[in-house]
Amino acid sequence: MTTLILAEHDNAALLGATARAVLAALEIGAPIHVLVAGHNATGIAQSAAKLEGVEKVLLIDHESLAHGAPEPVSEAVVAVAAAYSHLGAPATTYGKSIMPRVAALLGVMQVSEITKVLSAHSFERPVYAGAAIETVEATADKIVFTVRASAFDAVGEGGSAPVETVEFTPTMRTSRFVGRESAGGGGPDLASAKIVVSGGRALGSAEQFNAIIQPLAEKLGAAIGASRAAVDAGYAPNDWQVGQTGKVVAPDLYIAVGISGAIQHLAGMKNSKVIVAIDKDPDAPIFAVADYGLVADIFEAVPELTKAL
Amino acid sequence: MKILVPVKRVLDANVAVRVKPDGTGVDLTNLRMSMNPFDEIAVEEAARLKEAGIVQTVTAVSIGPAQATDTLRAALAMGADDAILVKADGPVEPLAVAKILKALVETHQPDLVIMGKQAIDGDSGQVAQMLSALLGWPQATFASKVEMNGSIVRVTREVDGGLETIEMDLPAVISTDLRLNNPRRASLPSVMQAKKKPLEEIDAASLGVALEPTLRIASTLPPPGRKPGSRVESVSELIDKLKNEARVI
Ligand SMILES: Cc1cc2nc3c(=O)[nH]c(=O)nc-3n(C[C@H](O)[C@H](O)[C@H](O)COP(=O)(O)OP(=O)(O)OC[C@H]3O[C@@H](n4cnc5c(N)ncnc54)[C@H](O)[C@@H]3O)c2cc1C
Ligand SMILES: Nc1ncnc2c1ncn2[C@@H]1O[C@H](COP(=O)(O)O)[C@@H](O)[C@H]1O
Repeated sequence: MTTLILAEHDNAALLGATARAVLAALEIGAPIHVLVAGHNATGIAQSAAKLEGVEKVLLIDHESLAHGAPEPVSEAVVAVAAAYSHLGAPATTYGKSIMPRVAALLGVMQVSEITKVLSAHSFERPVYAGAAIETVEATADKIVFTVRASAFDAVGEGGSAPVETVEFTPTMRTSRFVGRESAGGGGPDLASAKIVVSGGRALGSAEQFNAIIQPLAEKLGAAIGASRAAVDAGYAPNDWQVGQTGKVVAPDLYIAVGISGAIQHLAGMKNSKVIVAIDKDPDAPIFAVADYGLVADIFEAVPELTKAL
Repeated sequence: MKILVPVKRVLDANVAVRVKPDGTGVDLTNLRMSMNPFDEIAVEEAARLKEAGIVQTVTAVSIGPAQATDTLRAALAMGADDAILVKADGPVEPLAVAKILKALVETHQPDLVIMGKQAIDGDSGQVAQMLSALLGWPQATFASKVEMNGSIVRVTREVDGGLETIEMDLPAVISTDLRLNNPRRASLPSVMQAKKKPLEEIDAASLGVALEPTLRIASTLPPPGRKPGSRVESVSELIDKLKNEARVI
């Protein structure tokens, strides 16, 4: 048994979710190799080699892999798959786009978004927006999985694994990269921040979202999240959405501001260590998961909170 | 041009989920079932492409029990031209769904498959990518904008870092994200009309795809609950608790 973890990177840096997927892989109990599929990605392979617990890094460097297109990246994974019993990646939009392809090309199912490793063949994963937890047993000789990064800590960086280059030529028809637009406001990364402040529909406009949420987040050194309603209404960019279909976070402190707490939102934050909810409706479902609930008007309470900190 | 839209019948998004006490699954008895919300968005997008004159035929397909006919009728009422029910009782895993869809793509020859990014029951998020891989067609997951330009489709995708734009030559597979469009509510006349639109039934077994699940669900349990929290009366009490009780700031 050996596990291969597909590294997530943006061709400039290795991204944090990789180190979390490696921790999940450690719990499987088999030796771990990491695959870096990219272009001019030697530096990324070197970063991956430092992850503790990694025995070897495979580097597939090809221009078709420059923008992480799922068609060639999945082919690259399949090209080296023969040597592995387990193939995994973080359940980010990158991993989610690639790994089901890998599974299909290998003729097996994927175990999506595992939150716990029970044994080399048995995993927990949430279904129905986290309203139920399944224990899934996989018996195929190849197990393909994605890892919900918020459910695992990151491994450290004291390792020094060798890097091996693998030749690769893609054959599949592929999508073509046109451009990327990053909306994020330069604050801490939502997926790994220790504190997250999220705003909901109650904010009423993009201006008020910025005026109320931003200063509190800055004071706390927090990342900013949002409910789907706030994103749909244009108060916040899409990549701030927390929930079943957005990002899943589990910070030490999550502050929900004017968010009612629909199950789809809870799916993305209810495993936070401490949850604070501020909402004027005492019956809002968010209070059922909040450690500290404050029934108040956000336009008064939040500036007061920001000022007092 | 032809579009195939796979639609799944799932527990309605607004219905509270009840896990069976014996751990064998989620109780669906007598609960409202609906079209998977992402699939509604896919049907809407296909209907709009048809209304814009870019697409001639929209075919909806569902793999499931006889009741999935309702889901297909809903797709027909939203604008699909015809529908296929692939009859299968019991759960069908994403890989088997993808293989069935591949067989239908080969017989129906669509130029585009538009489908949901995830079914909100299993939250697997696999079928679109699997179908794309099995067909050797390019894929665009998590679409928030679709622009057709002859035999090229340009898709804006919602990704972790913001938005990404890609182009694909047809035929191709697209999976929808929530912000692609707001699905219409079918009008009464279109619901009536939908009853007359063609709906073909085929047996899943006739497509030669193994339906037996390959992953074993050993148990389905409610998530661990959180210990009950408390109400604070003021901002200063909140700060005090966060500093001295929870020690998170
Ligand atoms: C398939 C599907 C997927 C979904 N995925 C997600 C997801 O990933 N993430 C997500 O968040 N949602 C998701 N949703 C949407 C979800 O169901 C809710 O509609 C959404 O979370 C509601 O956002 P909200 O809480 O901001 O808005 P609302 O539910 O409208 O809540 C607003 C809250 O603000 C309070 N309020 C208003 N004014 C004030 C004030 N001045 N002071 C204090 N409080 C005030 C109200 O009391 C209310 O509780 C999904 C839905 C579906 C169907
Ligand atoms: N039984 C099914 N019948 C038709 N379409 C399906 C079925 N299962 C999944 N799909 C399609 O595949 C998408 C992704 O589903 P999943 O990979 O199961 O999360 C859904 O949004 C549907 O478009």
